[in-house]
Amino acid sequence: MTANINFKLSQTIQLLRLATVGSVDDGKSTLIGRLLVDTKGAFEDQLLSVTRKKGAASEAEVDLAMLTDGLSAEREQGITIDVAYRYFATPKRKFIMADCPGHEQYTRNMVTGASTANAAIILIDARNGVMPQTKRHTHILSLLGTPHLVVAINKMDMVDYDQSIFEKIRADITAYCAKQGIKDLICIPISALHGDMVVTRGDSMSWYKDRTLLETLESIEVTDHIERLPFRFAVQYINRPQTEELPDFRGYCGRINSGIVRTGDTVTLLPSGKTSRIKEIVTFDGTPDEAFAPQSVTLTLVDDIDISRGDMIVHSDSTPEIRKEIEALVCWIGDEPLVARKKYIIKQTTNSVRAVAMDIVYRTDIHTLNQDNADELGVNEIGRVRFKLAQPIYCDAYADNRATGSFIIIDTFTNITIGAGMICG
Amino acid sequence: MSKYRLTQLKALEAESIHIMREVVAEFRNPVMLYSIGKDSSVMLHLARKAFYPAPLPFPLLHVDTAYKFPEMYEFREWFVKEIGAELIVRRNEDAINKGMNPKGFGVARCCGALKTQGLLDALEEGNYDAAFGGARRDEERSRAKERVFSIRDEFGQWDPKNQRPELWDVYNGRIHEGESVRVFPLSNWTEMDIWLYIREENIPIVPLYYAKERLMVERGNLLIPYYEKTKDQLLKGEEPTMVMSRFRTLGCMPCTGAVRSHATTIDEIVAEAAAARRSERETRIIDHGANTMEDKKKEGYF
Repeated sequence: MTANINFKLSQTIQLLRLATVGSVDDGKSTLIGRLLVDTKGAFEDQLLSVTRKKGAASEAEVDLAMLTDGLSAEREQGITIDVAYRYFATPKRKFIMADCPGHEQYTRNMVTGASTANAAIILIDARNGVMPQTKRHTHILSLLGTPHLVVAINKMDMVDYDQSIFEKIRADITAYCAKQGIKDLICIPISALHGDMVVTRGDSMSWYKDRTLLETLESIEVTDHIERLPFRFAVQYINRPQTEELPDFRGYCGRINSGIVRTGDTVTLLPSGKTSRIKEIVTFDGTPDEAFAPQSVTLTLVDDIDISRGDMIVHSDSTPEIRKEIEALVCWIGDEPLVARKKYIIKQTTNSVRAVAMDIVYRTDIHTLNQDNADELGVNEIGRVRFKLAQPIYCDAYADNRATGSFIIIDTFTNITIGAGMICG
Repeated sequence: MSKYRLTQLKALEAESIHIMREVVAEFRNPVMLYSIGKDSSVMLHLARKAFYPAPLPFPLLHVDTAYKFPEMYEFREWFVKEIGAELIVRRNEDAINKGMNPKGFGVARCCGALKTQGLLDALEEGNYDAAFGGARRDEERSRAKERVFSIRDEFGQWDPKNQRPELWDVYNGRIHEGESVRVFPLSNWTEMDIWLYIREENIPIVPLYYAKERLMVERGNLLIPYYEKTKDQLLKGEEPTMVMSRFRTLGCMPCTGAVRSHATTIDEIVAEAAAARRSERETRIIDHGANTMEDKKKEGYF
């Protein structure tokens, strides 16, 4: 990456949000360290500040994991506890990379890192193959609907760069993914420690002819085309300046959840069901004729209608569902289990409502993907749950619309986020 | 590129605006920490965008250490007036009157008193339940671990091992009485993004960021600025000379180093940032003591 290239292109390059997942010690932090070093995303003074490995002969062998394990407790224990976000850029794109912990205990932090990702790298240690935690993470990614999954089979240097080992693991993970409908899995053999097939090809795996990991990440389609979905606009905040110049201005602020909105569009307001038309799209930079997801804008309407935070503005010809009962796939991350008849708070878009868990439809066995009967969902377990809501929410199925189909579950007593929910159609 | 795709800067802008509106909608009494630096300039610009055409729905809070550069105070007064914001300035007068300084008391103690304690006192006095800060995750490895909504206990302390999960862009702003939240709308911006955005949006910044002949003292790898007010902070034998230099980050005069540079325009700064092989925090003495950023954050530093 020369200064010149970056300088010219940086205004038009796109952002790819990535997560790295996998079992403990599969080398996630080392891989990110490798990507940072080889794309020059880590600065020299940061490299010098990390501890060198015992007896390391050169700077090339600095402990790459030390670059990303930012908490003292992590460095002491040699494990990743929480997500670390790292940033690097190539002339083609900017990457935001969430380095997720591998320990089962810290699955909640993995879900945090993966929920916003456009793509995920699943790491597998070539010596161990597919581990339970590999399966758990892969299953969570499939529930989250992460658009692109890349499997990096790491530590190939520890198995003499043996192609047959790579092929065996590829077959195993492909079979596990196929069961949950994940196709087009890309598998790449790498050595994060030595750098083979990460940024450069190296010369140890000439039998592998496909793209390197970085080339793959650079070629992934970034956009999920949420502007092609029906228009959804959850109202975040009512903007009423009440100043001398603007005594009567009333704008509805929000981030367009999906779709495109244009001046003059006929819209329906939920929950009132009233209709109006878009008067203006107001921004600091002028009043454009149209705006699209995921832009943050302020809308004004032709009619004076009472709207508050949590309401939704949608196109009248394509409205979401208004539901007081939902069924959702839930990834449980609270220490106390989810049990039937317990009350929670659900926050979906900008709407917070009280909810009660009616029953657990099933709990997923992450090894077999069987749907078992269950009375509760324990920490790090996944299942399908029915909720009854105190007020209706305006939603779509998560499979159709991630922004309006997702919600978090909050403990009414501790205020902690204890679950991630994805609404079923 | 399709007309329905956002560039990285526009994507980051949309995310930051969403975060700010979420806070103003859900919290009783938010405040924006304003440090006068380039990141603060960007954060403030985004806030103006978020609430346009209304004025900012929260005040700015500058926790002053009395050691900021004269150019910074000058810029602060001009900029705040220019955009019509409400500015609150708070200082730990007690420590300042006792002559708190980095050379005599040590950098960690000076920072702890003037910055951390100054901030905690100001937040308590204003009874703020949410405070925006311009910290970025790419700055430092413990910051790389922080959530966008960082919950603090009633002593303003961060518990890095027990952070709330943060899913999608659904932020959980529920807190107990006495707790507060530090919110970082620039979490996902890098130094490069900041400079590109300043260029794209013509955002005013303190002139110290541009290269100029300045009086400097060389200390190891660092260039320490020479000012009358802080000349007693120099070590024995240190003599100032004129050096063509600029600042990559701005903090307190005795503890902020400059870099040699000929970048006198924003384009030249962008080119320099793109070619930089050393991090911007390297010039900040505060980052290099035994007391790490993580330790300071646990104590309530922002």
